[in-house]
Amino acid sequence: MAVTLTNALLLALLVFILVLVIRTRKLFPVVVLAGAYSLVSAAMFVNLDAVDVAFTEAAVGAGISTVLFLAAMAYLPGTEKEPPEAKGLMHILPALVVCFAGGALLIAAAVELPAVGDPTAPAHNHVAPRYLEESGSFLHIPNVVTTVLASYRGFDTFGETVVVFTAGLGVLVLLAGHTRTAMRRRKDDAGNTRKANSGKANSGKANSGRGGGDA
Amino acid sequence: MTVLVENWNYLVVICLMMGGLFIVISQNNLVKKLVGLAIFQTSVFLFYISVGKIAGGTAPILKETGDLLYSNPLPHVLILTAIVVGVATTALGLALVLRINAGFGSIEDDEVLAMKAEDGEVRGRRGDDTGDQA
Repeated sequence: MAVTLTNALLLALLVFILVLVIRTRKLFPVVVLAGAYSLVSAAMFVNLDAVDVAFTEAAVGAGISTVLFLAAMAYLPGTEKEPPEAKGLMHILPALVVCFAGGALLIAAAVELPAVGDPTAPAHNHVAPRYLEESGSFLHIPNVVTTVLASYRGFDTFGETVVVFTAGLGVLVLLAGHTRTAMRRRKDDAGNTRKANSGKANSGKANSGRGGGDA
Repeated sequence: MTVLVENWNYLVVICLMMGGLFIVISQNNLVKKLVGLAIFQTSVFLFYISVGKIAGGTAPILKETGDLLYSNPLPHVLILTAIVVGVATTALGLALVLRINAGFGSIEDDEVLAMKAEDGEVRGRRGDDTGDQA
């Protein structure tokens, strides 16, 4: 009972934060609210017995994510532009339709699901009992989540690492040389080359040559 | 009515998911879109962890003593992976937003699209589609 009550309270808090995110126009509070959303959901993970997920969410979702957002905000305008009032409801109508239709479908499916916490649900009677019963004597690691993550599903975790590596490479490629000074210099350069070569045929070539020199 | 009480978690979590999706679709600001995506993601995590909960269970860390009831560890494993991948996608999205801001001087969806359309028109009229100046 206490678990259910705490859950209801935390869920109410999450809905409240969501409404605040939708209504806030300044981006800095929006980013901090997103961090708060992550932290509250981490509390809820503890309540639902997922302690590993909780501390990962608190460290990665509420920590690193928020830091990344704040670091990006240093280069971005801090306020969202007001949408033109004339559009009003028409502007968000398609989004509302999609969300209500999708939500209705999902809720129709969710009422068919076994009750939350029902030990006879199919999800709990497939491979999960085997992991819980055998992994202790087989691998001697008390934390079953760790055992499954690193041993039974080790290749999946390797795949995850590849995904993170690829994303890191993508970020590096996208942002390579895009510091403030580099961008200012490039803008000046582009102006100079355009003045120097009035013919447009070789302006591209000159630009790329100069870029190579800078790098 | 019993369904409403028993599956209360699922119903509210679905509302949270749709709230995140609503932000992604309706807001023009790209940073806010990314925040909406993160909220959508976290709500899906909540859904999975709710599925893994067993009433009266405890965290799946084995103890020698007694016959304890453990919650299902499999959803926890899936979500651990998803959290880390989620941060990777957020980082990539933010890098894209930074580049869009560098190229167009705006992170509002509609403004960027308008500028792109204008750009294409001008270039089309000149019959010069070779160089991408950005």
